[in-house]
Amino acid sequence: MYVADSRGHAPALPAAPAQDAPAPSADDAARPSPAGRRLAAIAPTVFALGAVSLITDVSSEMVTAVLPLYLVAGLGLSPLGFGLLDGVYNGFSALVRLVGGHLADRGGGRHKWVAGLGYGVSALCKPLLLVAHTLTPIGLVLAADRTGKGLRTAPRDALISLSSSPESRGRAFGVHRAMDTAGALLGPLAAFLILRATVDGYDAVFTVSFCVAVVGVLVLVLFVPGGARGRASEGTTPDGDAGDVRPSLRAALALLRVRGLRRITVCALLLGLATVSDSFVYLLLQRRLGVPDRWFALLPLGTAAAFLLLALPLGRLADRVGRGRVFLAGHGALLLAYALLLTGGRTTALSAAVLLLHGAFYAATDGVLMAAASGSVPPQLRSSGLALVQTGQAAARFACSLGFGAAWTLWGDRTALGLSTAALAACTAAAVLLRPDREGVHEPEGVRSPEGDRSPEGVS
Amino acid sequence: MSVRNRILVLVSAVVALAVVAVASVLHASARAQRRDQAQPGGPRVTAGPVALTDSGRMIFRNMAWGPHRDELTSVPATDPSGPRTASHIKCLRFYAASGTGVCLQAVHGPVSDTYRAVILDSRLRITAHYDVPGIPSRARVSPTGRFAAWTAFVGGDSYAGTDFSTRTAIVDTRTGTYIPSLETFRIEKDGRTYRSPDVNFWGVTFVPDDRTFYATLATKGHTYLVRGDLRSRTVTTVHANVECPSLSPDGTRIAYKKRVAGLPKDAPWRLYVLDLRTLRETPLAESRSVDDQAVWRDDHTLVYALPGDYGADLHQLPSDGTGTPHRITTAAVSPAYVH
Repeated sequence: MYVADSRGHAPALPAAPAQDAPAPSADDAARPSPAGRRLAAIAPTVFALGAVSLITDVSSEMVTAVLPLYLVAGLGLSPLGFGLLDGVYNGFSALVRLVGGHLADRGGGRHKWVAGLGYGVSALCKPLLLVAHTLTPIGLVLAADRTGKGLRTAPRDALISLSSSPESRGRAFGVHRAMDTAGALLGPLAAFLILRATVDGYDAVFTVSFCVAVVGVLVLVLFVPGGARGRASEGTTPDGDAGDVRPSLRAALALLRVRGLRRITVCALLLGLATVSDSFVYLLLQRRLGVPDRWFALLPLGTAAAFLLLALPLGRLADRVGRGRVFLAGHGALLLAYALLLTGGRTTALSAAVLLLHGAFYAATDGVLMAAASGSVPPQLRSSGLALVQTGQAAARFACSLGFGAAWTLWGDRTALGLSTAALAACTAAAVLLRPDREGVHEPEGVRSPEGDRSPEGVS
Repeated sequence: MSVRNRILVLVSAVVALAVVAVASVLHASARAQRRDQAQPGGPRVTAGPVALTDSGRMIFRNMAWGPHRDELTSVPATDPSGPRTASHIKCLRFYAASGTGVCLQAVHGPVSDTYRAVILDSRLRITAHYDVPGIPSRARVSPTGRFAAWTAFVGGDSYAGTDFSTRTAIVDTRTGTYIPSLETFRIEKDGRTYRSPDVNFWGVTFVPDDRTFYATLATKGHTYLVRGDLRSRTVTTVHANVECPSLSPDGTRIAYKKRVAGLPKDAPWRLYVLDLRTLRETPLAESRSVDDQAVWRDDHTLVYALPGDYGADLHQLPSDGTGTPHRITTAAVSPAYVH
């Protein structure tokens, strides 16, 4: 709490990180190295949140990486034939995300504490894995872990957007996503090194994962400023259109009437409806491009590596040329990836290109969408608004997975992929017509042009 | 709180947590070292010659603690709990027939383990090896010794983590023809060609004709017994709710694990025998959940593994639904009888 209090007295000016003193990364920003100068516009809070995500991802990916081995080899379970987390849970987690977003906005910005709760819940799940030895309790622990993830995502993204200036949001999200992905790459490495040192010491992996998660929560508590009052009244940059909105549930729902946000949400929904899930992409890589079995488990690492490398450059690009444009271009990359999969050419280069495009797709869309949506949501409702967009996108992608699976069953993988490619091309074209790039930095945010008011309606 | 104090709090917390983390790793590695020492009262294991042609013997993976842990060992089939002869070949899963063995083993890489299947001749010399894309689960050799098959669990999506699938491979040890995944076979279900992205196969068992096999097919939450044809590369559904089939030596019956309603979801199986002519199911007299591909010791006796103090124990049971199960040896898994 003391951190929050001290923050209340020191208004953070997002465009001037040097005054945003408490986080240690302020020193990094002041360091006269070229990298330091380039990242100078990134608020220390963003680095702190990036560090929290990096550390937390190391912790959670440690568990994720060894979980199959633990269930099958460690506990002797046969987890096949039923998912540990089923479709019902997907619906529940969408609800948790909306609730997390809303709770964070209430009471004048409790983002830090709602996000902290989410990180804390996930951290506490790790020692529980030490005592859960059958599938049902393990399933419950994993569900609790994901609930924590659902709770924290929107408040964290809201904090990132609230602590960066509108012109540098793409870059801020890029830095955050790159740090986040770096953690996801380091986690499995750490886990396997521990397993090597201990010969099947899954308990050691879970204990270390817990310790790492606690460090993540501590970094959040100590170095991320709480109490959004200072930020919410950012007087220098008019941010969003409704300055004095109260963060009620009604106001959150009324966000759907905000033209800019609705346009972005509709775009995200449309494109989400044609975004085939990762596991299908990897399955297609194997079936159509003949990726050998021994590489199969490493395919997600390929996507993550491309995401890691491209997140910051594409975030910066989004700030310069418009977030909507980069978001659409990202789907263009995905479209190209589908097209490469359709060719069915069996060369390593082609598979690598698909993974690169898949990672580029994430780098151009994941954080960029949040940066774009931030511009259309008033700070008081930032977390609810971002949760709304994320949930809409997740729901659309889930629907796409169901549809893709059904098409595969009916007509085979080639036809299913062909249909998705056509659908993605159509949705991208429709999204271009909707022009989400209107939210770019060239247009002062919060000032709606009369032309903008006449943009297509009733497209939902 | 000043920046300095906050950093101090963080550093001291990190130090304390690092102590906990290092202690847990040291504790686990000390425990791992204990497993290399033989336990008093455990089975006696000595190194010696093991051959896949030693008739009257049972060959299996020894799980007893000590220097020969995880090695292929043999015992007289009539005295399975007697002294074990260890071969120095380490396997996670094993099976053998007519002088051909298949051994699924871990390969220790710089970071994580990978797995491979090795084909063994009668003197346990490696004649071929294949990459296995996940955690080994089932292994079988055809009664003629010509074909070998294995199944691995694959957890492909690192973000989902719990999304499991299986990969089942078959190899012709005579010609070297290798089928890395049964998923390339055409599936005939209820008289029609069937396709689905969620198709999984596991637990192959071979007919002595060197052409036909049985296996489990899973899709949309259901499992099926399928009969496969290696020449036409098709599989056809035969019966529902059958996992890990094992064909009797006389070729008339399939022993399998059946998912029974009302049981807990991590122990949902009971052993059954299916008559292939009448498709009549006979429940066996084992009241525990069995997660293994049973082995026929002869036309009337089944042997299977259940969890035990050192991983798994082997149990034996009549195949006609009568009798009571009894444990034949401890700390053992993946048995194969040499006739």
